[in-house]
Amino acid sequence: MTGAAAGLVLALALSAMPAQVRAAGPAPAGEPAYAVVGDEIPAPLTGQPGDAARGRAIAASRQKGLCLLCHSGPFPEERFQGNLAPDLAGVGARLSEGRLRLRLVDGRRLDPDTIMPSYYRTDGLNRVGAAWRDRTLLTAQEIEDLVAFLATLRN
Amino acid sequence: MTPRQPGRMTARAALAGLAAALPAVACLAQQDGRQDGRLSGSAFMSAETREMQADDAANPGMLSVLDGEALWSRKEGAAGRACADCHSDAATSMRGVAARFPAFDAARNAPVNLDQRINICRAEKQGAAPFAWESPEILALSAYVGLQSRGLPITAGEDPRLAPFIERGRGFYSLRQGQLDLACASCHDDNWGRLLGSSPIPQAHPTGYPIYRLEWQGMGSLQRRLRNCLAGVRAEPFAYGAPEYVELELFLMTRAHGMVMETPAVRP
Ligand code: HEC
Ligand code: HEC
Ligand code: HEC
Repeated sequence: MTGAAAGLVLALALSAMPAQVRAAGPAPAGEPAYAVVGDEIPAPLTGQPGDAARGRAIAASRQKGLCLLCHSGPFPEERFQGNLAPDLAGVGARLSEGRLRLRLVDGRRLDPDTIMPSYYRTDGLNRVGAAWRDRTLLTAQEIEDLVAFLATLRN
Repeated sequence: MTPRQPGRMTARAALAGLAAALPAVACLAQQDGRQDGRLSGSAFMSAETREMQADDAANPGMLSVLDGEALWSRKEGAAGRACADCHSDAATSMRGVAARFPAFDAARNAPVNLDQRINICRAEKQGAAPFAWESPEILALSAYVGLQSRGLPITAGEDPRLAPFIERGRGFYSLRQGQLDLACASCHDDNWGRLLGSSPIPQAHPTGYPIYRLEWQGMGSLQRRLRNCLAGVRAEPFAYGAPEYVELELFLMTRAHGMVMETPAVRP
């Protein structure tokens, strides 16, 4: 880790400490804004409720969610699952929807050092390939679909 | 420079990862006779792939080596000279050379990799057009020259004039990049031995290039491998031969200093 990055870690860790900080999320260009309260994004990003079935498909997809590159989870049909990250089974019981939403939108706010990508963020990135530039990994609706799906993983 | 293990994982994930990955890797480390924790990519491969690499009759990279041997003696270009006319027996003249590349080139005041060095001889000594990047000819010649270092320790990076270039390569290696915002180090230092989907993450030591990669069903250079990893994090690739790639190659070879060359390696 570089000195600058370590400094950033420290700064963010300190600023994240007071529980009730309210920060306006830097909405990606053209996408809905969001508000971070403590370690959550309590309000959905869109007016349309998330669809858990669509969320499951996004999580398993190697083009969209990429979740199973790092995570394992209750996807018996998926032969190849990663082990860089905790199993997603039971995550809906461990974490609130607001917490899940922040984890997906911008997990860097919870841990600046995490290897988990921020799925709803376009700033602060280096050398993004032309095909992906200024595009979020997932849309606001896809995030809501994933939150709805993860919330069903209760054991 | 020793890879950190298990890196910055949650304790839970770290335990799961350790349980899954470490016994196998530790045992391979012993077989490999290495005590310093650095492992060649071959330590993460299936037994079948390792056997394929170890058996010259089964290693598809040896076909490319044979092509390279034929090219070595073929008169080329306006000068009508073969590599062998100047360098005679490669087993003597090219011994340990690939293990020292990328090397500092005084005329260019910058490091050049082995493919570039071969093409310099082609242009300047043979008066022939340089081979295209990733062409069968350049891969064959670099595999043939590379074979003359097989079993020898990597010595790249010792020339003090290389220091600033190595540092730039190191900086690039630690830079989070692409839409996935991952550094080379995020995977290859902090998470080696774990599974990314179906693939075990190796330590990224470039001990066997050019390689025969089963996924490519063909030979490829280290730069081609680096482009694959950059594409994986959805970062912008560089053009072949860009100084950034040569600096990264140089950093990786320096990081693997003392490890044993395996060219032509087989990789999954
Ligand atoms: C590049 C690897 C990577 C990818 C891809 C990834 N994650 Fe993660 N994720 C992690 C890691 C590592 C953690 C553990 C906490 C940390 O280090 O930030 C984590 C933590 C989590 C958590 C919190 C788990 C808990 O028990 O606290 C959730 C939920 C989660 N990820 C969901 C997802 C979903 C859904 C996707 C796909 C849209 C995804 N992740 C993609 C690496 C990844
Ligand atoms: C998301 C994780 C990840 C990132 C980030 C990543 N790689 Fe890799 N890399 C891999 C995996 C997995 C493999 C093995 C692929 C296989 O076996 O099919 C690999 C293979 C390699 C190899 C081949 C090693 C051998 O034994 O021949 C090199 C060299 C390498 N990576 C260098 C890099 C560099 C340099 C970067 C940064 C530009 C980078 N990688 C970024 C996951 C990653
Ligand atoms: C006319 C003579 C001549 C021919 C033909 C020639 N080279 Fe060279 N080569 C040299 C000389 C002389 C050097 C030393 C550096 C310099 O003076 O440019 C060299 C250097 C090299 C080096 C770097 C050696 C080191 O220790 O750093 C490699 C590798 C090499 N040549 C490969 C080849 C290959 C492969 C061919 C055929 C495609 C070839 N050369 C053709 C004369 C030649």
